[in-house]
Amino acid sequence: MSSSDDLVIVDYEAGNLRSVELAVAHLGAASVTSGDPERVRRARRVIFPGVGGADAAMAVLRNRGLDEALREVHRAGRPMLGICVGCQVVFDSSEEGPTDCLGLIPGRVTRLLPAPGRKVPHMGWNVVRQRRAHPLVAGIDDGARFYFVHSFSVAPAAAQATVGATWYGREFAAIVAAGNIVATQFHAEKSGHWGLRLLGNFLSWSP
Amino acid sequence: MTQSTSVANAGGGLAKRVIVCLDVRDGKTTKGVRFLDNKVVGDPVAMAQQYYRDGVDELVFYDITASAERRGIMLDVVRRVAEQIFIPFAVGGGIGSVADMRAVLLAGAEKVSVNSQAVRNPRIITEGAAAFGTQCIVLGLDAKKDAAMPSGYRVMIDGMRRATELDAMEWAQRAQELGAGEVVLNAIDTDGVQAGYEMEVTRLLADSLTIPVVASGGAGNPDHLYEVLEQAHADAALVASMVHFGTYTVREIKHALAARGVCVRDP
Repeated sequence: MSSSDDLVIVDYEAGNLRSVELAVAHLGAASVTSGDPERVRRARRVIFPGVGGADAAMAVLRNRGLDEALREVHRAGRPMLGICVGCQVVFDSSEEGPTDCLGLIPGRVTRLLPAPGRKVPHMGWNVVRQRRAHPLVAGIDDGARFYFVHSFSVAPAAAQATVGATWYGREFAAIVAAGNIVATQFHAEKSGHWGLRLLGNFLSWSP
Repeated sequence: MTQSTSVANAGGGLAKRVIVCLDVRDGKTTKGVRFLDNKVVGDPVAMAQQYYRDGVDELVFYDITASAERRGIMLDVVRRVAEQIFIPFAVGGGIGSVADMRAVLLAGAEKVSVNSQAVRNPRIITEGAAAFGTQCIVLGLDAKKDAAMPSGYRVMIDGMRRATELDAMEWAQRAQELGAGEVVLNAIDTDGVQAGYEMEVTRLLADSLTIPVVASGGAGNPDHLYEVLEQAHADAALVASMVHFGTYTVREIKHALAARGVCVRDP
């Protein structure tokens, strides 16, 4: 247990890790899927996916000591990618429940409200408008579509944290970045060639 | 640059999805007419790759054998599909427990579809949603026109062979409350005959439910998709025969929809 892994996909029973593993493998990268906080702490690069609720996800992260492990990866400045619920838990808090989230990026998570002609969950392929340049979106068309499935969305406190934005009844941040953390509300691993491009960009990113 | 900061005016928004459905028996794709007379149309993994390259938004695989000994064959198909295509896909057919759901999700599927088993045991919807999230649980609903029912459509199970006492609208609403994240509405009178989707029941469900509704059964040309997406307000349209038999490609369907003003991905 002395060596560190190039890429750890964090297993906290909150999602379809298989899709992320397969997408990363397709890009030629080796990964280890683990829920061991020690292994996450020492990883050179971390992806934390997730589906379901931010509140439930935080409870599991905390019970396993993975919250502290992720904070340590953050402090160490190593590249981190959150996906879907993994994007939500990096913020301070969520309307989904009373539990505090990781608080790595200032901001909160709010509920999407259904309206006539606007179903919730927001499910399907929507446009992401790039708000600023970032290595994560290098080579990706402004306005490319990605695959979303979510009922809550993130609202970063600082406008600078939004790299890409999407409209669904209101505008929300679809790609966020702050220091060594990047996160996508959509499922990059299920978003066809643009999603693979984004994952590839993350794998070669040095914050 | 007048509206450069407005995503709303970007000419985009959530795209209507075109979904290809593959019925799989003994590891081979088959297609029948009105659920009968299935003939083999190809290898599901190769077909999935072709549709992926052609811009399909999502795939659905139904295991139409679904007997215990064949379950392993289907899981192998799911694994091989997941290694090669990076868009969402659902798997249905014979899923009756959280353990069944977990097996297909671990094999790489994004969603699971429950149909007859959910009618027999509605708790499977709630249990699945609790374990994997509502976005994972698709209700497959087979509806048959029946004037005796409040909505005009009766829920059928076991591949149309068995009628239930459930009204299509009431069952869809109940499934939504129980935790289904999406409904695939298959109107039986039109399945495989390519004469167009059942507009009436699709509109009824699409306008009443807060979760997305996928129209299924009856697509024969792109105009049918246009009608069900724009006039019956379906969130997605499922096709099978019209692409399996090579009459249209997914790309041609999307081009035709885009030309009529429907918001689709990468036409």
